[in-house]
Amino acid sequence: MNSAQLEIQMIASIVAMACAIPGVFLVLRRMALVSDAISHSILLGIVIGFFITQNLQSPLLILLAALTGVLTVILVEVIQKTGLVKEDTAIGLVFPALFSIGVILIAKNANDVHLDIDAVLLGELAFAPFDRLTLGGMDGGPKALWVMGSILLLTLLLLFLFFKELKVTTFDAGLASALGFSPLLMHYGLMSVSSITIVGAFDAVGAILVVALMIAPAAAAYLLTNDLKRMILLSMGFGVLSAVIGYWTAHFLDASIAGSMTSVLGLVFFTVYLFAPDKGLIAVLYRQKQQRTEVYLISFLLHLNNHSEEEERHLNHLQEHINWHQVRAKSVVDLALKNNMVTIENKLVTLTEKGRDFTSLALEYILTNREDKIEHIKKDFFLFRG
Amino acid sequence: MKENKIAIRVDDLTVAYNYKPVLWDIDLKVPEGVMMAIVGPNGAGKSTLIKSILGIVKPIAGSVSVFEKPYKKQRKLVAYVPQKGSVDWDFPTTAKDVVLMGTYGHLGWVKRPGLKEKKAALEALEKVGMLPFKDRQISQLSGGQQQRVFLARALVQDASIYFMDEPFQGVDATTEIAIINILKELRKTGKTLIVVHHDLQTVPEYFDWVTFVNVKKIATGPVKDVFNDDNLTKTYGINYKVAVNK
Repeated sequence: MNSAQLEIQMIASIVAMACAIPGVFLVLRRMALVSDAISHSILLGIVIGFFITQNLQSPLLILLAALTGVLTVILVEVIQKTGLVKEDTAIGLVFPALFSIGVILIAKNANDVHLDIDAVLLGELAFAPFDRLTLGGMDGGPKALWVMGSILLLTLLLLFLFFKELKVTTFDAGLASALGFSPLLMHYGLMSVSSITIVGAFDAVGAILVVALMIAPAAAAYLLTNDLKRMILLSMGFGVLSAVIGYWTAHFLDASIAGSMTSVLGLVFFTVYLFAPDKGLIAVLYRQKQQRTEVYLISFLLHLNNHSEEEERHLNHLQEHINWHQVRAKSVVDLALKNNMVTIENKLVTLTEKGRDFTSLALEYILTNREDKIEHIKKDFFLFRG
Repeated sequence: MKENKIAIRVDDLTVAYNYKPVLWDIDLKVPEGVMMAIVGPNGAGKSTLIKSILGIVKPIAGSVSVFEKPYKKQRKLVAYVPQKGSVDWDFPTTAKDVVLMGTYGHLGWVKRPGLKEKKAALEALEKVGMLPFKDRQISQLSGGQQQRVFLARALVQDASIYFMDEPFQGVDATTEIAIINILKELRKTGKTLIVVHHDLQTVPEYFDWVTFVNVKKIATGPVKDVFNDDNLTKTYGINYKVAVNK
């Protein structure tokens, strides 16, 4: 691994971490689409900033472009407040307008500079190590590293200071406002940080990947944890993982780095979506299947509870009497046996004491809907877990 | 009961959403130490009344004071339980964490909750019978349990006035009794409680003060004086005699 390769991976990882933090809050606030809007409309700010500063990494350009991001959010809100269009429509109206102005300005005035549409959409991570910072003749490393490093530090500092405020305004804006933490202030703070991050990351990874870096890691982390801090850490981890794997994928396939990183992000999310222990697709399907079986188990136990006659309790009559297929009847009886709820003697099924207790408990729950009654059996039965 | 001090004073309050008036020229005086129900039909502005007292909604006219000072200066004296449906219960957080949010007001900006706040949160959870569920993710709680967590969060605010927006909505009978007992206990210690309430039948049983609202204020005062068919009819627009005595 040469130093340019290392530098690219470092830039990609820092970009990924910087994007993951505001991304978590955008996902939790159901504002994922806003990152898409900002990432496009800041083009206008970048172009205008570039005309003024003639330098793509100037802090002034980043601020100007970030302002366009915040302006996008304000415009969307203004249009939405009129009540004439819905929020998603408003987003769809605002950002293409700003983006297209940016595109026209580039085509008219900046054709012969580094700024071009391809770079805007896909970024040029591979070239990032060539644009270096020199301090008194000394090589200070790639500029992008410094820019994104500063943005990451700023984001981390703000997160550290205002974690509690971000949390309460995101979870319960009403309470936050009553407590004196202005939800509006936090909203625009988050929008500003998102905009600055997107602008900084834009040059390295482009308008599309920056959205993926914000949303995909947060969406994956959301499925894995019930803790906000852990969700942020996981998102950052997923971002870095995808950045590094994506880089090497691109290296071996000789493909676009940004494209490979996005693909890896997609794969990471898809894997989590399938295999997350509690909220993953497979876990959910398994739980639903278990719940179905348990419903049958309870109706079977209720049947035994209601009928003491031998013929009603005979295994062979099970199918006819409660009208079940053989497979289902067997799986239900097996489940009852496994939990020591019934005994079988000469093909006669009898409720055990445990089975009787369980049945009356389940019955009571069904009738009263009182959760405290069944709290201790929740662990063993999916059915009672909401 | 010392009824001489005024806990909440609302003068000429008017609130409009998109130029449509939701509350018209409301005057209200709530004496300290009462347990007051705010009743009125759907869309009558009951929640808005609470929210504008708490500064969450900006009125277009009028003023509000808490113990004769603006709300902004009295935040720490006030606790608020929003409607359960107003938050996202899938938010990645635990019951204990939600209760801890009640301490944020006293902490102010930047400062984080420490041991003292955590201890207070656990005590509040204990009071509402939710201590065994402290580490449970909030979506894994039943509707009644979620409402208890919200109540615990208000308790931890350790306020003088408690505002609650339909705390009995979607909760089971046990939780309703548990909540009302806690509220009555709060009142015994001299706290003022202001509750948006839906179930007219339980008003005389739960509350000692009542305010009728339907865009305008219809009546306010002790339950025994103003909770009558006349005011119910004025508020709900139909004869309520039958409904209440049923």
